[in-house]
Amino acid sequence: MAKKLPAVDVALVGFGWTAAIVAEELTAAGLDVLALERGAWRDTPTDFAVTFAQDELRYMWRRSLFQEPARQTLTFRNSMDQTALPMRHLGSFLPATGVGGAGIHWNGQNWRFLPTDFVARSHNEARYGTLPESMTVQDWGVTYDELEPYYDKFEYLCGISGKAGNIKGRIQDGGNPFEGPRARDYPNPPLDMVYGPTLFAAAARETGHKPFPCPAANMSRAYTNPLGVTLAPCSYCGFCEKFGCGNYSKSSPQTTILPVLMRRNNFELRTQCEVLRVNCDSSGKRATSVTYIDTEGREFEQPAEMIFLCAFAQHNVHLLLLSGIGKPYDPKSGEGVVGRNYAYQIVSSVDVFFDDKIINPFVGAGGLGVGIDEYNGDNFDHGGLGFIGGGYLACWNTHGRPIELHPTPKGTPKWGSKWKEAVARNYLTTATISTHGAVMSYRTNYLDLDPTYRDAHGRPLLRLTFDFGDNEHRMSDYLTDRAAEIAKAMKPREIHAKKRNGHYSVVPYQTTHNTGGAAMGTDPRTSFVNRYLQSWDVPNLFVMGSSVFPQNAGYNPTGTIGALTYAAVDAVKNIYLKNPGPMVQA
Amino acid sequence: MSGSLSRRDLVLAGAAFISISGRSQARTYGGAVPWTPGIADAPRGVAEGELKFFTAAEAAFVDAAVARLIPADHLGPGAKEAGVTTFLDRQLAGPYGRAERWYMQGPWQDGTKSQGYQSRLSPAELYRVAIKSIDQHCRQRFSGKTFAQLSADQQDRILTEIEKGKLKIEDIGPHAVAIEGAKGPHSDTFFAVLMQNTIEGFFSDPIYGGNRDMVGWKLIGFPGARYDYRPYVGRHGEKLDLAPVGIRGRPAWNDQQS
Amino acid sequence: MNIAAACLFLACILGLAAEAAAADTSFARVERGRYLVTAGDCVACHTASGGKPFAGGRPIQTPFGTIFSANITPDRETGIGAWTDEEFYNALHSGVAPSGAHLYPAFPYPYFAKVTREDVQAIRAYLGTLDPVKSTPPPPDLAWPLGHRFLMSGWNGLFFDQGTFQPTAGKSDEWNRGAYLVQGLGHCGACHTPKNFAGGDETDQALQGGLVQGWFAPDITNAQRTGIGSWSADDLVEYLETGRNKHSGATGLMAEVVADSTSGLSKQDLHAIAVYLKGQEGRQAENTDPPPQKVMAAGKAIYSDSCSGCHQMNGKGVPGMFSPLAGSASAQSNDPTTLVRIVLQGTRTVPTDTRPTPATMPAYGWKLTDGQIAAVLTFVRNEWGNAAEPVEAGDVESVRRALRSSSRTAK
Repeated sequence: MAKKLPAVDVALVGFGWTAAIVAEELTAAGLDVLALERGAWRDTPTDFAVTFAQDELRYMWRRSLFQEPARQTLTFRNSMDQTALPMRHLGSFLPATGVGGAGIHWNGQNWRFLPTDFVARSHNEARYGTLPESMTVQDWGVTYDELEPYYDKFEYLCGISGKAGNIKGRIQDGGNPFEGPRARDYPNPPLDMVYGPTLFAAAARETGHKPFPCPAANMSRAYTNPLGVTLAPCSYCGFCEKFGCGNYSKSSPQTTILPVLMRRNNFELRTQCEVLRVNCDSSGKRATSVTYIDTEGREFEQPAEMIFLCAFAQHNVHLLLLSGIGKPYDPKSGEGVVGRNYAYQIVSSVDVFFDDKIINPFVGAGGLGVGIDEYNGDNFDHGGLGFIGGGYLACWNTHGRPIELHPTPKGTPKWGSKWKEAVARNYLTTATISTHGAVMSYRTNYLDLDPTYRDAHGRPLLRLTFDFGDNEHRMSDYLTDRAAEIAKAMKPREIHAKKRNGHYSVVPYQTTHNTGGAAMGTDPRTSFVNRYLQSWDVPNLFVMGSSVFPQNAGYNPTGTIGALTYAAVDAVKNIYLKNPGPMVQA
Repeated sequence: MSGSLSRRDLVLAGAAFISISGRSQARTYGGAVPWTPGIADAPRGVAEGELKFFTAAEAAFVDAAVARLIPADHLGPGAKEAGVTTFLDRQLAGPYGRAERWYMQGPWQDGTKSQGYQSRLSPAELYRVAIKSIDQHCRQRFSGKTFAQLSADQQDRILTEIEKGKLKIEDIGPHAVAIEGAKGPHSDTFFAVLMQNTIEGFFSDPIYGGNRDMVGWKLIGFPGARYDYRPYVGRHGEKLDLAPVGIRGRPAWNDQQS
Repeated sequence: MNIAAACLFLACILGLAAEAAAADTSFARVERGRYLVTAGDCVACHTASGGKPFAGGRPIQTPFGTIFSANITPDRETGIGAWTDEEFYNALHSGVAPSGAHLYPAFPYPYFAKVTREDVQAIRAYLGTLDPVKSTPPPPDLAWPLGHRFLMSGWNGLFFDQGTFQPTAGKSDEWNRGAYLVQGLGHCGACHTPKNFAGGDETDQALQGGLVQGWFAPDITNAQRTGIGSWSADDLVEYLETGRNKHSGATGLMAEVVADSTSGLSKQDLHAIAVYLKGQEGRQAENTDPPPQKVMAAGKAIYSDSCSGCHQMNGKGVPGMFSPLAGSASAQSNDPTTLVRIVLQGTRTVPTDTRPTPATMPAYGWKLTDGQIAAVLTFVRNEWGNAAEPVEAGDVESVRRALRSSSRTAK
């Protein structure tokens, strides 16, 4: 029997970026907020200090900061005719566990989506005609212009280092001319640029592109955000992604929000408490509580007036399916919404080998790089190309961690003296251009509960059925070809273009940009939440994070997650609290 | 610390609390960002000395195999000299070897390449089974010699067969196979794990027993566990030749005794 | 705070309780009392870890043993509810409890004796508004013969100069206000003035830095290099108000003083304190020989690999986040105890409402040897124009030992 606890105003499931934002905003509004986090407390001086954080084996390869599949994983298959098998250890994506969530171990590549991304269906159909029947791409129900103030708010919270390309419609030299108009420049100037991205920028300009420094959540200088929290300047240590930042220079909940939030007496955080399900009353129209289990195996029922699902995208969907909230998606009939519109990211790269240029890859930062946006979204004419969407090309200089990074030219043996020689010869003198492409949503890519495998609590695992479509392969190949053209203009000894061939695989790390499954939209038949991330069915239940993306765009998702969260919590404060109930009439 | 773990560390304006229930597990936080002096989630380094997982025969196999994967040559020491066998021994004796973080519940069955590792075996068990099977194979083929007793050329031939999945390894159980490929136990799963672990041992921090004297880092010019490259950001195209630093430092830290 | 009351008189006044005078609880007086209690930082010593505010029982380590602070809530049996105003005044001014028992000067009555009668009454009035808490602190654990309180009368004869504060003629009102706060309720010298063999203040070295509870409370006179000579009065105000300024961040025991006390004082009073402290000449640091080249080279290697990520290669740090070491008084202080302790255990700049970021240096005790810590501190103390005596491996070893033993007695 679960022990029933005293009610709170707001319960948050998971405590990463979105929960920290919701908690800060709603405690400031006077509500009592409780966060339930399945992992442990974590903070800079004790858990990823400069004294030991630079440990590639421990954090990247032994996955110290990530969720343990032993406790939670999913099953996977490429297509419905296969049997899904468990992802037994992490690979393709790295969900977090613990306070701060993936906000601890992200790189800090912080983008805005394009205005056309939010109207992906209507815009593309107007320009190119009807989309293939297999796609479930849809408009978001919110526009870029509506989100702009919230993008701005998140960027100023984080102290993003960057260069504006479009301020109120005026194109700015040196920034990204394709971006949606922003109200003002970034809070901090771009990071100091290292050699590789500088060479890329010159070649990109030479080939007719407009390169710009990528927006980074790594501080180019000391910065105090609007909450009064201070971040220190980045030291370019090269241990960003998969690592916690040791010197307060990467934006995370810990470095931007928690110092203020934790001082408030109407906030409480419980760690090592895993939420098992969300409970509704008999009408099914009101969420009453969450049931959680602690490490002793004791169950508690925590009633709340409002419940926000703030866990990782897949976990939010998993929890909805386990709680029986919303209609599970059925790919055969196309009916149902929970699990629908799952998407991901498609990436490829081109290695650029020099003999005469020392790149020093280890002088890095997570968001340190130069990008071009000519081939993202609908920034270019797709007529005759056979695909929609796109992605950015970037020459990042994020790290030189050698277990992960030891590029060798095409045709090099995989081991032995020749391999060793190639690694030694090319480590310091190789740059890489990455492509980072959008993935559309399809009828046959979805999440549901696995019929066979169970998690540590005996609950069905989430099942992922996913593969890239022809659209993605064509698009990714197109991007890789463009990257190779610029790579050649860098005048290297040789290049190695690595196209993204074949089926999607959970084995190699690609990105942790898993999206969809609780999509937002304008129609309750094709979306689980409305434009304010409020459940259509259960108005006091809100879903934060990238599980609400109806499909993925060509950028890293964090900036958009931050903006959507601020927009949602603003609506809660200004609309919902005055009149609890649906904020959008279905 | 009584004197220094002040009330302030836990209590601010009388509102802060950390309550602990049970075995220091589930906790409640509020009122302040908690911090206790002297606490660090420091890495657990390994000690040199006796083997903790491998038998002598297994260690001989690993020594021989990693010496072919990353050989000692004109460029300097290889994996064997870097202590990769010690590294691997300690890894397999620990949580990684036991697959502590992995999902190891059945049912077990062969999957596609896209679905990744589907063996029943933990990494430690995989090594045990594979080494036994490979040595058995070598004895049959090379008149009683184990892998470690073969010539370098013979070892390379065997390793190539293992890499290509041509050598049958019994008892691995379900594992990833090519979608078009035949079902059945193959050795490529083991080879992929072995090469990955060898690279880890060659390039990881010396506290884990490999990368002895930071030879892996010196080979390529990686400066190791540093935390401040600000002075070098603007030095485009320069070979910096920074001495590598491990979590436990570098020789220059210890010259203070005159 | 290190210094706490040990008013452990046993209230065995069975049935003979003196009539407490009817307290004047006018709002203005209570509010004034609240402010003065903040200025005196009473809450710090009179509250045990996890205990009720002002209910006492916090262990106070002194060179002579451990004593426990008194319950100063208005509980009639275990607190000070049964005291008369006069008895309260006497406790603060003469270090004598109503029972006639002498208090230990861990309770800083030699400072509180400077406080005016009016202010003492306001303090009493505020304390009278607290919720009474029933709680008797443990008896002191002192080396013989100090368990005998009557010996304190002899101590008082030697080291205690009774008498309410008298303004110094020829000094500004502001200077005198600062002096009253520093010498009186603020009792800054309780930590920052070195102590003699018997725990009395070395008055000729007032505010030049003292050892307290395993920390070195730095020189807060206007001395260049080791004191606050390079700080402006406004720098000092910012530090006391927010816990940090461009020179330094409040850590260790001072973190509590800022959080509990100085951050709650008016800008005017903080400025008065600054003017008074800037007016203290102090002592010029002696010249030291440069340390051996080898030590400096090892120290530099450790510093560049382990410290520069925050404090930067030029030692300038990051204002408000990571303390500068170049030109830093703490780095060059005569006694390196605090420095060693910070390297071993890490330290946190106190978070305040105005500066909430808990910028924290991590612990290095697990990572660096005594010799390495000595070398890197010697480097820090003698680079960028700094100059101070080298730190020896033995210094590090003894701080390590002291921390180990105090962590064994941790409650």
